[in-house]
Amino acid sequence: MSRTKEYVVTKCYNLPGGECFTLESGVGLEELRVAYETYGELNEEKTNAVLICHALSGDAHVAGYAKGDKKPGWWDPMIGPGRAFDTDKYFIICSNVIGGCKGSSGPKSINPATGKHYGLSFPIISMGDIVAAQKKLVESLGIKKLLSVCGGSMGGMQALQWAVDHPDMIVSCIPIATTYKHSAQQIAFDEVGRQAIMADPAWNGGDYYHSEPPSRGLAVARMVGHITYMSNESMDQKFGRILKKEKLGYEFTTEFEVEGYLRYRGDSFVKRFDANSYLYITKAMDYFDIQKDKKLSEAFKGIKMRFLVIAFSSDWLYPPSQSKELVKALKMNGIDVTYCEISSAYGHDSFLLEFDEQTKLIKHFLNRSFKKKAAEK
Amino acid sequence: MTSKVKEELRLDHKVIGDMVGKDTMVLDMGCGTGDLLEYLVINKGVKGAGVEINEDAIYSCVEKGLSVSHGDIDSGLREYPDKLFDYVIFNQTMQQVHKPKEALNEALRIGKKVIIGFPNFCNFKARMQLFFMGHVPITPSLPYTWYDTPNLHFLSIKDFVVFCKGQDINIEKSVYLSEEKMVRFMPNLFAQNAVFQISRD
Repeated sequence: MSRTKEYVVTKCYNLPGGECFTLESGVGLEELRVAYETYGELNEEKTNAVLICHALSGDAHVAGYAKGDKKPGWWDPMIGPGRAFDTDKYFIICSNVIGGCKGSSGPKSINPATGKHYGLSFPIISMGDIVAAQKKLVESLGIKKLLSVCGGSMGGMQALQWAVDHPDMIVSCIPIATTYKHSAQQIAFDEVGRQAIMADPAWNGGDYYHSEPPSRGLAVARMVGHITYMSNESMDQKFGRILKKEKLGYEFTTEFEVEGYLRYRGDSFVKRFDANSYLYITKAMDYFDIQKDKKLSEAFKGIKMRFLVIAFSSDWLYPPSQSKELVKALKMNGIDVTYCEISSAYGHDSFLLEFDEQTKLIKHFLNRSFKKKAAEK
Repeated sequence: MTSKVKEELRLDHKVIGDMVGKDTMVLDMGCGTGDLLEYLVINKGVKGAGVEINEDAIYSCVEKGLSVSHGDIDSGLREYPDKLFDYVIFNQTMQQVHKPKEALNEALRIGKKVIIGFPNFCNFKARMQLFFMGHVPITPSLPYTWYDTPNLHFLSIKDFVVFCKGQDINIEKSVYLSEEKMVRFMPNLFAQNAVFQISRD
């Protein structure tokens, strides 16, 4: 698509009238919208569809240019003709998670019962609910089985949730820079972010859609998040102790480059993201636990799909040790798994930066999965 | 590595290929760039998996369509259930693991049979270098200097046979190789490499 300079258009799936989408909590939603984009062509047998799941602050716009875009989608170097997700061969789908703020149902949406923004009256959602909504979308496209579900960070959580919730619907699974359950440290960082938002008076109990949004709180949440996405090494390389001015000013201004960078990151984030969505999505991540109270290996009992698990050496937010535990649990079930720990200094953000290495792995893994599927027929 | 060593390793592959049954499950510990596994997949129709520590080698394996896991042999063995594999292969890697005894016992737990290929330290060339020249041997099957070798353990064919006896391990098959051909006469003296197929009841 990007090849022909065509603009990518975000499409929308709506839950058919009369149907109710029941969440894990038991609450039902009578209106459900899932914003999505697609790239490439779905083949006649509908066997070449790949679902890509986005991370906390991502959206359905994974590749190509939408009208007015200065930059392409968030994983553009991975998707296109000849790329890891080769659009000449595969049909790529990426949807915005429910609870999000980029076109899918979330706290910013209008509650049909009241005609007002949901705000905090939007029900709490889980990773299972996010995936169940994606399943509705996939089924609406006439696809019975996905060739692969892939994602980094929270996208990887969705891929794993797909694997355990709908094992018969996917041929292969590619979790990247992720975990099988949110650890205490991961929950702790999310809670700091939520508290920053909630401590901002503008948040107003989540009711701010007709007033000034809690930009300071959301910016601080993003700043904390950003620290966890980088590594000590990458921060040191990028900023060190470099000052914005020539010497120390002995005042509480933005003196260090790293301070300025974080503030810039925080400020640009609030322009494109909804604070309430940040609360809902981080909550879904904290609830994420496919192990629950059993042995991790039991979570994958009876699963037949192939796995490609990718971790990054300097990722301390979702460290390789968690991926290794996941890989071990898969192996204990005799599941066909490939695991690679890519050496990178970029920390958690590596999955958004190390394209060559990920391409080498994903391209051939997908190709093999596609051939295998064809051979089984 | 010299081309002669490469030749010999290919002979290794053929020897191992002859031991491995058709359409079986194989785990290659320290599979490198996956040449042996690929050979077994193509020629024996095996369902293969590999464990490899080198990141670049992982990319080569994945390019060949192989399933491979990034990690070291010592801990990698513990990650599989009992008797999952028909064959667990250590081709030129056993001498590089930290604890060979534990590794072999683990391999015999997860595999019905274990195939192990290793360089014979007591080959006559090595013995001559030790005796006449007074230095640690450098031979086609042991091509490294003492300060730059991946090998942590040095053993002879005889050592391995004695080890198996002590551990109640059955030696089912053994093949001895020089640089280009099989060795049948006094292997502990003339063979540069040995390939054993072992099992435990």
